[in-house]
Amino acid sequence: MRKGESLAGWLLTLPAAIAFLLLLLLPTLAAVTLAFTDYELGEWPPHWIGLENFSEMWTDRGFRTSFRNTVIYVAIVAPVSVLGGLGLALLIESASRGRAFFRAVFFLPVVSLTVAMAAAWQYLLHPTIGPVNAVLRSLGIAGPAWLSSSDTVLLSLAFIGVWEAVGFNMVLFMAGLTAIPKELREAAAVDGAQTAWDRFRLVTWPLLGPTTLFVVTISLIRSVRVFDTVAVLTRGGPNKASEVLLYTMYTEGFTFLRLGYSAAITLVFLVIVLGLMLLQTRVLDRRVHYG
Amino acid sequence: MKSFGPTAVLRDVTLEVAPGEFVALVGPSGCGKTTLMRIVAGIETPDAGQVRIGERDVTRAHPGARDVAMVFQSYALYPHLTVAQNIAVPLLMRRLSLAQRLPLLGGLMPGSRAARRIMAEDVARIAAPLGLSHLLDRRPGQLSGGQRQRVALARAVVRKPSVFLLDEPLSNLDAALRVATRREIVEIHRRTGAATLYVTHDQTEALTMADRVAVMQGGQLLQLGTPAEVYENPADLRVATFIGSPKMNVLAAELGEDGQVRLQGIGTGLHSATRGPVSLGVRPEHWHLGGPWQARVVEVEYLGEAALLHARLGDETVVVRAAPSFTAPAGSLVPLGFQGGLIFAADGRRLALHEVAHAQG
Amino acid sequence: MGSAIRLGVLGALGLFVLLPYIWMLSASLKPTDEIFRASLTLIPETFAVAENFGRVFARVPVLDYLVNGVIVCAGILFFQLLFAVPAGYALAKLRFAGREFVFGAVMLGLLVPPHVPALPLYAGLSALGGLNSFGALIVPSTISVFAIFLFRQFFKSLPDELIHAARIDGMSELSIVWRVILPNAWPAATAFAIFSVVAHWNDLFWPLIVVTGHERATPALGVLYFRTEEAGDDFGALMAACTIMTAPLILAFLVAQRRFVEGIATTGLKG
Repeated sequence: MRKGESLAGWLLTLPAAIAFLLLLLLPTLAAVTLAFTDYELGEWPPHWIGLENFSEMWTDRGFRTSFRNTVIYVAIVAPVSVLGGLGLALLIESASRGRAFFRAVFFLPVVSLTVAMAAAWQYLLHPTIGPVNAVLRSLGIAGPAWLSSSDTVLLSLAFIGVWEAVGFNMVLFMAGLTAIPKELREAAAVDGAQTAWDRFRLVTWPLLGPTTLFVVTISLIRSVRVFDTVAVLTRGGPNKASEVLLYTMYTEGFTFLRLGYSAAITLVFLVIVLGLMLLQTRVLDRRVHYG
Repeated sequence: MKSFGPTAVLRDVTLEVAPGEFVALVGPSGCGKTTLMRIVAGIETPDAGQVRIGERDVTRAHPGARDVAMVFQSYALYPHLTVAQNIAVPLLMRRLSLAQRLPLLGGLMPGSRAARRIMAEDVARIAAPLGLSHLLDRRPGQLSGGQRQRVALARAVVRKPSVFLLDEPLSNLDAALRVATRREIVEIHRRTGAATLYVTHDQTEALTMADRVAVMQGGQLLQLGTPAEVYENPADLRVATFIGSPKMNVLAAELGEDGQVRLQGIGTGLHSATRGPVSLGVRPEHWHLGGPWQARVVEVEYLGEAALLHARLGDETVVVRAAPSFTAPAGSLVPLGFQGGLIFAADGRRLALHEVAHAQG
Repeated sequence: MGSAIRLGVLGALGLFVLLPYIWMLSASLKPTDEIFRASLTLIPETFAVAENFGRVFARVPVLDYLVNGVIVCAGILFFQLLFAVPAGYALAKLRFAGREFVFGAVMLGLLVPPHVPALPLYAGLSALGGLNSFGALIVPSTISVFAIFLFRQFFKSLPDELIHAARIDGMSELSIVWRVILPNAWPAATAFAIFSVVAHWNDLFWPLIVVTGHERATPALGVLYFRTEEAGDDFGALMAACTIMTAPLILAFLVAQRRFVEGIATTGLKG
């Protein structure tokens, strides 16, 4: 029996293992290696240049702008979409009617084609023919060129990012809320927690701990991956005001064909994501799980 | 003193509990006893009727405003708080204002430091007799089932409520712990002097612990009386068969024209007013060997302090409590008689027995 | 009273979230001059449905895009399940040398975002001449460590007795997989399927890299093409194109709403 089991185990894992090797492991190692080379598509063989790519990143103003923009974007989108998701989840869970309806409405952006909705937002935010500025005009305010002015472009993209992410976080929080035992809320009521705030502090927030941590991490990682909206709406402009990490990686690699440099950017990206996940495990081990 | 009324699950229930009294709500699963308790606690609202605690009508009041404390079947301890913090929650909610309870800032509010010190003393005082003093810094996840239950008790008792509600608190404990904890709960009740409502499906618990027992079934309150009353004087067939272990034997009998009850044609010496088919209830300990009825032995179970004889009397099986030394081979005939039988009408109502000058045999 | 306010707030926020959809639909029905007038009326004065949608179908092979999308998503899902379900089961229930090592590799794989292997995969495909094909679109995504992880967790919760009984009945290991495991994998498979389809229908990054031209373009790429070609003038047609491309998933969502949400929630929480 054991022999058959072992053999079956290997056979069943084999396809996945091969695919893993060819499609994940080797390319990742290649990417990490390429980061230290000057590989450009068409120029073979590449040369090892050590940390030169990284020092170029460090000194290149374009890259620093890209990095800074990404940080700003994440700093806006992650907290707002997490709090927004939590707020919506709390509102819907305590609503007496229409839960499924509202859940569907807020979740719609998550299942919609990101690119298409980005184009729709572009129409909405169009400086001259867009409804948003039309409303502002009727109120006597001159609306800015949301997506084409370097002052507002990052903010507008962040706004769209929140719009896209809130529904996803909301669903995750709702799952966490339903996992809270009903009897605990009842015990809190009998103990004297009469206001919604008391109940939230005593029962809801502490028991949402693991969920909250998870949502925060997921939100951070998803917002760092911003690409679609930039590619469709602004292409990094105007003047790199909306240039973000992944878009820079894309242009360096596929427009300028500097695959080595692009791989270096990818490595930076990987380190960031790993760092975030490490943070999650650390906090998880320490505070968030009870007994 | 509490009284209530009906809901969809409950039908026309009126229950009054005197101050300091221990009332057990007992009945099979689904009889509505937990619903009744939750209505008293305020976790559920009745469709009609009232809940009064003391002189106050609390039917629409929030649970936290009713001065009741409840021990849940699953204990419902806050997993993220220590034992001491768990016990302190009711005190926290009542003694500190919203401002004083705020995180970080609350500690700076005037009076909160002193209030918290007093609360810590109260918690320690309650924890000691329950054997929790050495566990105050642990979290519920690190405690055993019995310990968790005592924390739940402590949390309920700490603010000296006027009404104490317990929802099947022993059902999650193993048998040995159950007996010990029973006495502890009765002790706590005596010490706090609060009116106590105790929900259980175990009639032994109800009989041993309560001042009065409320037997419920199908959403109705069948009988409210002392343990002796519900045992010896059940008002209804359902009460009679639920209370008492082993179950009371219920046999089909006939009330003849002369007013005497006949079992298998033999007169029982019991007389009543009604006529027609009735049920005769005889508890296992009220049968004795030797008498007019012939029963065929099915088996004899040895219990140590007694023996249980299972025998066929006509079409029905009876359970007889006999001396531990009693034996009889299966299939043999045993003569049986009884005293203290009860008569129930076809609808389950208990029928009154008439005194007759001579007993017929 | 509190609940009325709550519903009101939810309604207002809901309307706000729906704004892009409403305006997208509205603009797709309006003729160009009406759009340029920038009025705030939702219902068009003259309906230009045929024109807008007609222009979309005329200028770009919309049906091709949609069909490509279906082929790519279905292909990816098929291979993902093909690799992940057996592997997940093996990791969960079978004992074999190196099992912990494989699982460790899976966990490490979860840490790596898909963008990282993208470059070398592109270079490799380019060298092999396989760019701009269904293969290029499907193959790299066929290994989903997330799927392996998910199925392993799921199969772990299946009772061991089920498999023991099958073994006692004389079934070989492989027929256990075929007859016992696969039929029972349904709930996890649907949850994952939803997650995978949504992710890949939406994906712009990879198709943008490997595809040039219209033949193999996916819906996401199709919208991008349309947008760059129109460069801001024909909003009516652009909105019509967006409506067409995003409609399939939305319709599927509205029909199977609960499944969708549960799928994303369970895969999210387990991940």
